[in-house]
Amino acid sequence: MMPEWLLVWLDQNDIFTSSTLFHYWEGLVTTVQLVFLSLVIGFCIALPLAVLRTNPRWWISGPVWLFTYLFRGTPLLIQLYIIYYGVAQIPGIQQTFWWLIFREPFYPALLAFTLNTAAYTTEIFRGALAATPKGEIEAAKAYGMSWFLRLRRIVIPSAARRAVQAYSNEVIFMLHASAIASVVTIVDLTGAARNIYSRFYAPFDAFLFVALLYMLLTFALVFAFRKLENHLLRHQRPAAS
Amino acid sequence: MIDLKGYGPALAEGAVVTIELALLSLLLALTLGLAGAAAKLSANPLARMAASTYTTLIRGVPDLVMMLLLFYGGQVTVNALSDLLYEHYGIDFFIQFEPFAAGVLTIGLIFGAYMTETFRGAFLAVDAGQIEAARAYGFTRWHTFRRVMIPQMMRHALPGIGNNWQVLLKTTALVSIIGLTDMVRIADEAAKAERSPFLFFIPVAAVYLGLTAISELFIKWLNKRANRGVAGEAR
Repeated sequence: MMPEWLLVWLDQNDIFTSSTLFHYWEGLVTTVQLVFLSLVIGFCIALPLAVLRTNPRWWISGPVWLFTYLFRGTPLLIQLYIIYYGVAQIPGIQQTFWWLIFREPFYPALLAFTLNTAAYTTEIFRGALAATPKGEIEAAKAYGMSWFLRLRRIVIPSAARRAVQAYSNEVIFMLHASAIASVVTIVDLTGAARNIYSRFYAPFDAFLFVALLYMLLTFALVFAFRKLENHLLRHQRPAAS
Repeated sequence: MIDLKGYGPALAEGAVVTIELALLSLLLALTLGLAGAAAKLSANPLARMAASTYTTLIRGVPDLVMMLLLFYGGQVTVNALSDLLYEHYGIDFFIQFEPFAAGVLTIGLIFGAYMTETFRGAFLAVDAGQIEAARAYGFTRWHTFRRVMIPQMMRHALPGIGNNWQVLLKTTALVSIIGLTDMVRIADEAAKAERSPFLFFIPVAAVYLGLTAISELFIKWLNKRANRGVAGEAR
């Protein structure tokens, strides 16, 4: 399964044994799950919120503004603490089935990350939606498209092109921010590194290795988003001569 | 007034620590950013490569991992150094690696990379004719930099500096994880002791909101000032 030289190297190594590597692997899985789920759910919340946020009526856009203002104006760590410690304080929750879910630190963290990324993503989409050229909407209206069809076929695809750059930054920000999950006892990548550090008292081995893993993840994301951007903006490329 | 169960003064002191940490980190970040931008725009390929390695590495690694690496790694390095000094020269010399210093160093390093990009873009936005004119007047390189480039570059850099500052301010909360007694740490301890997380974390969140709101006003004022020479462009 594993090449011979790798096995030999692992045998000679005190810190990077197969058991610690497996610990890192589990951390990697947790980090990817946490980041992926919060981004997907956050995205689904942000899309309708951004549409509401561009609504001219203040009682529709106001609450959305307040949500994004509160979550963008405070550190994610505080939001995580409030949700993680706060959920247990809700009277009577320990008797309901919700307690079975929220007793695990994973779910409060997921909730905090989701709300946080939803707030940032809402503002990214709002900017992109607000910058829609008037002519595109007028043309769609002239074709007799309904509000929803216009949104689906014209406004959202057009805004997506303008938002993709900022959104890719948000995805990378979320990957890096997820490191604080280790503070509430979750064994994500950073959590695994902290465990291995405290077991061997070897900060450079433990943290440099995990830094390298994060870097690989980041560059994979950057590469994927560059591909996506090329795909979305292919009509703007100069024609091949 | 809300009853903070005697933790009020400690929280206020923690808030001061947070502000000091943020301002010192900003100072370091601005210095590193200017140096980084100068390196990126320099004719020396070695300087360019060093600067782009710096910004690429920083943008790939989470701030918390960087902080843990610097804090624990820094302590191990300092310990090894003092052992070495004691064995070879008999000097009894020991420094405790402080969380505050580690925090300023990490946050400064991280945001220095972002500031590098901000300043690079701003320097490129200065009209080349301005620099040629300065040269034609016989300005030295340093004078051109100080009298022509810096004042004109600042106008383009300010919005980016403002954004970085707002993110930096929130990043300071992380330093509580490596043991700095800032307001987040004190709120955490108080919340655990009194079993009331909302009572302590919500005021801390409000202080952060207040700080970002004040910063926003201040940045707007700075922007207006920096753009006062440009008709119709005051944003």
